[in-house]
Amino acid sequence: MISVRDIHKSYGSAEVIRGISFDVEPGEVVCIIGPSGSGKSTILRCINGLETYQKGDILIDGTRVDPEDKSIKAIRQRVSMVFQRFNLFPHRTAIENVMEGPVYVMGMPRAKARELAASYLDKVGLGDKMDSYPDNLSGGQQQRVAIARALAMQPEAILFDEPTSALDPELVGDVLGVMRQVAEEGMTMVVVTHEMGFAREVADRVLFLEGGVIVEQGPAGEVLRNPQELRTQSFLKRVLNPL
Amino acid sequence: MSEALARASAYLPVLLEGVWVTIAVTVLSLLVSTVLGLFWAILGWTKVPAFRAISRTFITVIRGIPIIVQLFYIYFVMPDIGINMTAFQAGVIGMGIAYSAYQAENFRAGIEAIDRGQIEAAQSIGMSDSLIMRRVILPQAFRIALPPYGNTMIMMLKDSSLVSTITVAELTRQGQLIAASTFDNMTVFTLVAIIYLIMALPLTYLARQLERRYKKT
Ligand SMILES: Nc1ncnc2c1ncn2[C@@H]1O[C@H](COP(=O)(O)OP(=O)(O)OP(=O)(O)O)[C@@H](O)[C@H]1O
Ligand SMILES: [Mg+2]
Repeated sequence: MISVRDIHKSYGSAEVIRGISFDVEPGEVVCIIGPSGSGKSTILRCINGLETYQKGDILIDGTRVDPEDKSIKAIRQRVSMVFQRFNLFPHRTAIENVMEGPVYVMGMPRAKARELAASYLDKVGLGDKMDSYPDNLSGGQQQRVAIARALAMQPEAILFDEPTSALDPELVGDVLGVMRQVAEEGMTMVVVTHEMGFAREVADRVLFLEGGVIVEQGPAGEVLRNPQELRTQSFLKRVLNPL
Repeated sequence: MSEALARASAYLPVLLEGVWVTIAVTVLSLLVSTVLGLFWAILGWTKVPAFRAISRTFITVIRGIPIIVQLFYIYFVMPDIGINMTAFQAGVIGMGIAYSAYQAENFRAGIEAIDRGQIEAAQSIGMSDSLIMRRVILPQAFRIALPPYGNTMIMMLKDSSLVSTITVAELTRQGQLIAASTFDNMTVFTLVAIIYLIMALPLTYLARQLERRYKKT
């Protein structure tokens, strides 16, 4: 359903995405791994129309992602995003954060949206924190609210940009657990992550990015257990044995 | 001393008439400056280069001209091009326009202080620019802009005395008139000063409260 075709993107004279192509099928979970600065966030942001790209096409079920075009709003309702730094609206409670899209973007009646939001907050294990403000939630709880906010748009796919990188280690598990559950329910997901365990167990496919190109890709088990490329091997060695 | 008090209480009714005008000028021009300031700030935030240029130019020009000169301009020059106003109207509009530049700067600072991630999160759930402005940016920008807004109210209360120069019969003007006929400068202006202070005190308190309430987050 997501089709990325030969994308090129530059900031000024620096080309940070240098021809990336991949497809994501409905229900598939694709993990993107790679060193810092390799362009992982950039490619996700291009898919969500948060960045422009100079060359190539990104298609969501055949509709081209064009940040400058009106169609982008409809595309974003179909493809949600979860950010590294959560980006919850600090002036609204957890449930209001989740209701915001359904009420103001989808035009759902408040009562119905509240019900929907409550069910998603329950799902991410925060049924008892609905009326808390983000400031009063832990990072892990905030990120789970952010996931509920993305889910409440009833999207066809969700993009995750390092959703656990800003969390204290003991809070990572809860968030990954929710993501795994969402994946098992059949959500199409593209996940940028350094959590190799999650990639190995949940991802259908892994892409290894370096220097703005896909160096290696394939089924999660193969790429992570038995990488063919030297650069993938040395990257994995570094992540798995940091010292 | 008691003689001075007797004179003071004789002046008081006339000065109190001026107080009401001062309050009216302050409140109305505060309103004008807030609406207009918000307008300039939003215009400066849009992606349209012409809008941004207009907003920036206006703010620069207004900030570069003394408020008294702006008031003179509106009250004395506008009639030459067929726009006639009472002194009171000219005072409110002049003060409103002059202060809209400061309000705009304040609101702009509030808008710019908002994390880009907020806008991206709003975009990622499909919000339009105007919805993002209304639901995400302005509510947060207001919180940031409120403490300085309290100070602006105090400044405007005091600067409303400037409209005395275009014959608006507010507190300062009434004081001048009494002083001119009685030569009792000491009593009159002491009284005027005290009355301003009394009006400013609740605003100062309010500004402190706003600061305490909204500065920490
Ligand atoms: N707004 C920008 N302006 C200029 N260069 C940028 C901008 N955003 C990203 N870059 C550059 O683009 C490259 C790719 O950045 P990107 O954020 O996609 O990397 P990443 O793989 O997500 O890294 P990390 O793991 O650190 O998040 C980097 O070299 C970065 O410095
Ligand atoms: Mg990144």
